[in-house]
Amino acid sequence: MSAPGATTYREALRAAHREALQRDPRVFVMGEDVGRYGGAYAVTRGLLAEFGPERIRDTPLSESVFVGAGIGAAIGGMRPIVEVMTCNFALLALDQIVNNAATLRHMSGGQLGVPLVIRMATGAGRQVAAQHSHSFEGWFAHIPGIKVLVPATLEDARGMLWTALQDPDPVLICEHATLYNASGELAPNAGAVEIDRAAIRRAGQDLSVITYGGSLAKVLAAAAELDREGISAEVLDLRTLRPLDDRTILESVRRTRRALIVDEGWRSGSISAEISARLMESGFFDLDAPVARVCSLEVPVPYPHHLEEACLPQVEGIVRAAKESLGHG
Amino acid sequence: MSAEPQTETREHALELWRQMRRIRLFEEKCAELYSAQKIRGFLHLYIGEEAVAVGTLQAITADDAIVAAYREHGHALVRGVPMPALMAELYGKAEGCSGGRGGSMHFFDAKRRFYGGYAIVAGGLPVAVGLALADKLRGLSRVTACYFGDGSIAEGEFHESMNLASLWQLPVLFICENNFYAMGTALDRHQAQLDLVLKARGYGVAAQSVDGMDVRAVERAAREAADRVRQGKAPFFLECKTYRFRAHSMYDPELYREKSEVEAWKKRDPVLTYAASLRQSGVLDADTERNLEQSLSRELDDAVRFAEQGTWEPETSLTRFVHAEKEAPQ
Ligand SMILES: Cc1ncc(C[n+]2csc(CCOP(=O)(O)OP(=O)(O)O)c2C)c(N)n1
Repeated sequence: MSAPGATTYREALRAAHREALQRDPRVFVMGEDVGRYGGAYAVTRGLLAEFGPERIRDTPLSESVFVGAGIGAAIGGMRPIVEVMTCNFALLALDQIVNNAATLRHMSGGQLGVPLVIRMATGAGRQVAAQHSHSFEGWFAHIPGIKVLVPATLEDARGMLWTALQDPDPVLICEHATLYNASGELAPNAGAVEIDRAAIRRAGQDLSVITYGGSLAKVLAAAAELDREGISAEVLDLRTLRPLDDRTILESVRRTRRALIVDEGWRSGSISAEISARLMESGFFDLDAPVARVCSLEVPVPYPHHLEEACLPQVEGIVRAAKESLGHG
Repeated sequence: MSAEPQTETREHALELWRQMRRIRLFEEKCAELYSAQKIRGFLHLYIGEEAVAVGTLQAITADDAIVAAYREHGHALVRGVPMPALMAELYGKAEGCSGGRGGSMHFFDAKRRFYGGYAIVAGGLPVAVGLALADKLRGLSRVTACYFGDGSIAEGEFHESMNLASLWQLPVLFICENNFYAMGTALDRHQAQLDLVLKARGYGVAAQSVDGMDVRAVERAAREAADRVRQGKAPFFLECKTYRFRAHSMYDPELYREKSEVEAWKKRDPVLTYAASLRQSGVLDADTERNLEQSLSRELDDAVRFAEQGTWEPETSLTRFVHAEKEAPQ
């Protein structure tokens, strides 16, 4: 429940949907339970009553065809927003996302653009066990032809959808499932945001902590703790995993000379591995310490609370890794 | 209800022959160019199946959309994608219908609403459903014709697409080109239910089967089917029973079927049998035939010359068309 005057991440997303549906008659929403149920994460609740079943379309449990139909509808002149309940289920539509949405423009020599937005929940932290808890946004970030957005703040939850809808190419928005209840003040005039730049969420001099999405709050909490111990951490929110904003990352690391990446994905072959590699390639001589990473343990996310906690990046581990990077191990 | 009389004019009868013959010659040339290593990669020839594309596309207007698989040369030709652009695409030249980036399996012509070219078996079906959904949402009375082989029917995407198109009453004409083989796997080794029409009916989709070696029968069935899609604004499943005379692709040694089976089907060659019937009824006389053959052969030569003289796209533009371009690159 949000405090008076406050908005939740979910409400910010819903406002973004409402605005998009009002502004552009080509926009429609489709996915499992987006209508009568109101969305598995209640993002679309109320929209069916407001916009009707033509524009808020409940689909069968058929990820591949409704994502593919989103592609066809986008080619056919519409601006679909497809909600896939979670990124775990998006794997059933991987063929359509990777082989069609991401590929058609190139394969057709520039003739076919796919202005499609696919939203999905990602991430762990709610004890829903492995098949509902994985973080695949880093995988999607591997694919040329799509963009991958990871809104961590209310402003981005409110603003990224419209920006994504303006994009002539397919855009994935991965929303961390623990963020939907996050609340805070959101300016009434909040609107579209740029999606091509990472954001410095907290300035600092001693090291750069690079993160995104559901880990941002943990990183900010760790930065506050480090601050009490006299360590000044800069916190960088990637906001977009593809394309990566190398410039902001490198500029920050050039200032602080130390980098710690916090990513809820698995370490092997992850987006954090990619960022680390880029820092080696372009920022090696700016570094005073090896690039450090805090990722999820390499196990399917377990159900019991204590094991799930132990599996995921946590404030304590982030603080420890930051100190190690600074040589205060 | 169906526009039967149109098949009866002499021009139309000859046109059906011309289109089938045009595909046949084009693809025989493709095979030749493949052996000469002018065309590379996967090449799936449609030889033997021409009556399906030619017959069905008589019922599809310029406003309608077409989604095809990787055996789509014939569909693109009948659609009117210029032969030189197709040949240049096979060569991988910049003048190709997909800028040379797609090759044989990925013909696209957005202007002509020719939307593929899909090489993932059944991957085009959901896209066709979406094109039809867009038409429905936009209040446009158009049909999306979606072609796929019998192999697609084993994929989940076929079933998801049938169900959704039926549930939402979307104007898709699903055309199954049943040539009885998915690569080397015969239909009775990949399907438990061999009556494919029943599969569509199981989803509440009206369905019919037709002899895919008889262009007139295909046209008749397709007109009726397309009418039903247009009027009922609902999907239709048309199974065309056909046969490919050639291997699955140029790499296929064809170990899975007897020569005698192929020979038996070749007796029903859709181009030859139709030409014979036209000769018999006096529609196709020797002069007409010679003139048509000559003009087709000129068209083919021009296409090959065009492709030969086409340009290779410079490597500097390799990374183009991953995303939309804001301004034209130099
Ligand atoms: C999803 C997928 N699996 C496997 C293949 C390899 N493959 C290419 S064509 C083909 C057979 C398809 O047969 P069918 O759908 O009947 O079409 P036909 O080639 O007979 O026209 C297979 C298995 C593929 N392209 N896509």
